[in-house]
Amino acid sequence: MIYFDNVSKAYGNEAGAALDGVSFQVAPKEFVSIVGHSGAGKTTLLKMLIAEDRPTSGQVFFESLDIHQIPRTKLPKFRRKIGTVFQDFKLLPHKTAYENIAFAMEANGRTDDEIADNVPQALALVDLEDKIWNFPGELSGGEKQRVAIARAIVNQPDIIIADEPTGNLDPIATYEVVQILRKINDLGTTVIMTTHNKGVIDELGRRVITMDEGKIVRDDAEGKYVL
Amino acid sequence: MWIAFKRIVRAGFVGFWRNAFVSLAAIFVMAVSLFVIGSTMMVDTLLGVSLENIQDKVDINVYFVTTAEQTDIDLLQTSLESLPDVEEVVFTSRADALDAFKERHSKNDTIMQGLEELGINPLGDSLSIRAKETSQYENIAAFLSEQQAVEDPQKPLIDEVNYIKNQEAINKLTGIIQAVESATFVIMIVLVAASILITFNTVRLTVYTTREEISVMRLVGASNMFIRGPFMLQGIMYGIAAGVLALLVLYPIVLWIGPETEQFFQFNLFNYFVSDFGYIFAVLVGTGVVMGVVSSLLAVSRYLRV
Repeated sequence: MIYFDNVSKAYGNEAGAALDGVSFQVAPKEFVSIVGHSGAGKTTLLKMLIAEDRPTSGQVFFESLDIHQIPRTKLPKFRRKIGTVFQDFKLLPHKTAYENIAFAMEANGRTDDEIADNVPQALALVDLEDKIWNFPGELSGGEKQRVAIARAIVNQPDIIIADEPTGNLDPIATYEVVQILRKINDLGTTVIMTTHNKGVIDELGRRVITMDEGKIVRDDAEGKYVL
Repeated sequence: MWIAFKRIVRAGFVGFWRNAFVSLAAIFVMAVSLFVIGSTMMVDTLLGVSLENIQDKVDINVYFVTTAEQTDIDLLQTSLESLPDVEEVVFTSRADALDAFKERHSKNDTIMQGLEELGINPLGDSLSIRAKETSQYENIAAFLSEQQAVEDPQKPLIDEVNYIKNQEAINKLTGIIQAVESATFVIMIVLVAASILITFNTVRLTVYTTREEISVMRLVGASNMFIRGPFMLQGIMYGIAAGVLALLVLYPIVLWIGPETEQFFQFNLFNYFVSDFGYIFAVLVGTGVVMGVVSSLLAVSRYLRV
């Protein structure tokens, strides 16, 4: 469902490219982890996928669609197929958990009834029914990330992209977040996650792509964290 | 579509109130520039009216010699009236002219004395001619000089035609008024440009405080219109509020200055303000709305770039 075809990206005149001839594909319902040192190109890779950045050369396909040929006005519609989760959560501090999630649905033009229906469901999926009216400031890091995941899945995207989702979390919260991502994957959503966390990778036992200096150095179907 | 519109409107109002202080600043800045635009409109109207007044005073006066026969004068009057360019021809008899002269100079003893010593009426009959259009005076003047040329030099009829003298003064005044008009126009352009910049910066402040919200909106796939909408609406609200504020400030000033202009220009500015209120309102509020929307769009576009 996702194809990277010899994608390279260079920032400025830097000697080392952020991405250097990256090719791989992701099948529907896969759970792919991308590991590598800081600066290995993991985040750049994800940015290519949500059309936040353009490759210097090569193409990225979503199904049969060349992502970087999508006209600017159609981009929002494309992004709705992808849910994103970040290390720093990116929740709006002046909105409650409910409002943060409802906001994503409003932006998608969903009706008020749908919102009233789906937001509690999404929060239930991440085990936060009881924190529905709390503000992000009143939640722990793990809870915030779960709200962010709920926001990412509430529009029923085809893919969830998680950029270091456990980067700021303690081991227990990390475990919970990974379990939730796994549950989402089991429900049929493709998940692409970058991480530094060896424990997470080894525990998951799913496909692992290892990157170094902008290149893919390993791609294992049931990978371990090897660096 | 309707849902999106409803949400944009709601978000616009929420943004307006949440940034009340910045909104207020933006409104005041815009109100000042709109006030300047409004004042310029007023000055422009006054200048236009006085230009019209002056042009209205343009006429050609034909003064006849004191010995002119009434029949000859009547003949000339009829032939003038038959010209297509002529609006009207008014005859003033020498007696009437003398009365008017005496009345005008009643306080000047020297002139009155001189007149008394003279014993006779030195003034001749006269015709004052009004053309339909200012530009047609040339033709009438040409016609009159033709008449003068064919007169019997032994028994002249026309003493003087004073068109040329008037024309110079009128040209000068028109020039001054037009210079003032273009000067106010330049000043207005500069002020409007300055206030757009200031408004833009002020609006950018409100956008800056919500930049996180904008980036999250983009991530969850909100369309650009959905993101821009609330800010455009805020810009519209700034414009309307600023326009109304400018009108509220303008009102007492015009009320106060109205009688003065009545005396000086024979034109009551306050009456104009009241009778053409719809137009003035549309110009000020419309300019405000355009300024607000343009500033908002410029400010948001920074955060919408991919």
